[in-house]
Amino acid sequence: MSIGLIGKKIGMTRIFTDKGESIAVTVIDVSDNVILQKKTQEKDGYTAVQVGYDDQKESRMNQPLGGHFKANGSGPKRVVREFRLDSDDQLPEGAHPGVDLFEEGQWIDVIGTSKGKGFQGTMVRHNFKGQRQTHGSMMHRRTGAIGCRSTPGRVWPGQKMPGQLGNDRRTVQNLKVVKKRPEDNVILVSGAVPGAKGGYVIIRPSKKKTGK
Amino acid sequence: MNVIEKIEREQMKQDVPEFRPGDTVNVHTRVIEGGKERIQIFKGIVIARRGTLLNQAFTVRKLSNGEGVERAFQVHSPKIAKIEVVKRGRVRRSKLNYLRNRVGKQAVLVKELSTSAAS
Repeated sequence: MSIGLIGKKIGMTRIFTDKGESIAVTVIDVSDNVILQKKTQEKDGYTAVQVGYDDQKESRMNQPLGGHFKANGSGPKRVVREFRLDSDDQLPEGAHPGVDLFEEGQWIDVIGTSKGKGFQGTMVRHNFKGQRQTHGSMMHRRTGAIGCRSTPGRVWPGQKMPGQLGNDRRTVQNLKVVKKRPEDNVILVSGAVPGAKGGYVIIRPSKKKTGK
Repeated sequence: MNVIEKIEREQMKQDVPEFRPGDTVNVHTRVIEGGKERIQIFKGIVIARRGTLLNQAFTVRKLSNGEGVERAFQVHSPKIAKIEVVKRGRVRRSKLNYLRNRVGKQAVLVKELSTSAAS
């Protein structure tokens, strides 16, 4: 496990390669990541790095939280996340991780909160097919049967039904760092990442795909 | 300028001529065949333009052996070597989809702009 970054989704655009291929990329702002605390095996029982991102008004802080930021020599931050590490000697030096943490071509995972779609039926939420629209059918977009009869006499757990869609923590694995722009403090990631523009995302090295 | 606009402007070509729907253009496309690159020219009438900044695209229609052929291009793609305006045309809409329903001479005939207006 290793340290990652907190960022903000700015939007999407494209990059043309030399061959003329067009790659869809998401632009993620990673400016001003601050290491707030290093948790050690000895003191905290586990190893982790606490990272803060995005400035916040001081009036929004309560005293304990404000004091925590002050003690680490940083202004108030809006988002605070921890990244677990395997052992204490992996703890990074320096206090300001940035675009340098990732290389171009590296595989990464991006975690974000997907766009909320509200309460949706089964056709939208689970891609159910629905029923016929004509021939006297009065059952168009309904869920249909949700189980058997007296055996088992109940609905199985996990049955797909209508409900809240989106606004969920989602991880997209194995995206590629297409480009870094240190001058703008942004990372260009291949493909789409969860959430709306302005949403917070966590970028970490890919868990499954390593190397270039 | 926001970052996305900055990224897009950096990639945009500077030498794209001004052209609009109705114009006849030569599109020089890079084709890679057997490891060799050569230029292929697609000539026809621009029937649509869309998009902004880096995402601009246009559709060219021509008649090839009596059969209508349309190709869409990305204005700023490296695959396009050059765009040449051959003839200016005067049209009254931005999307010339009505050309698809026309056959023969009607389909190629877009009223030419007078030279003074074209310059």
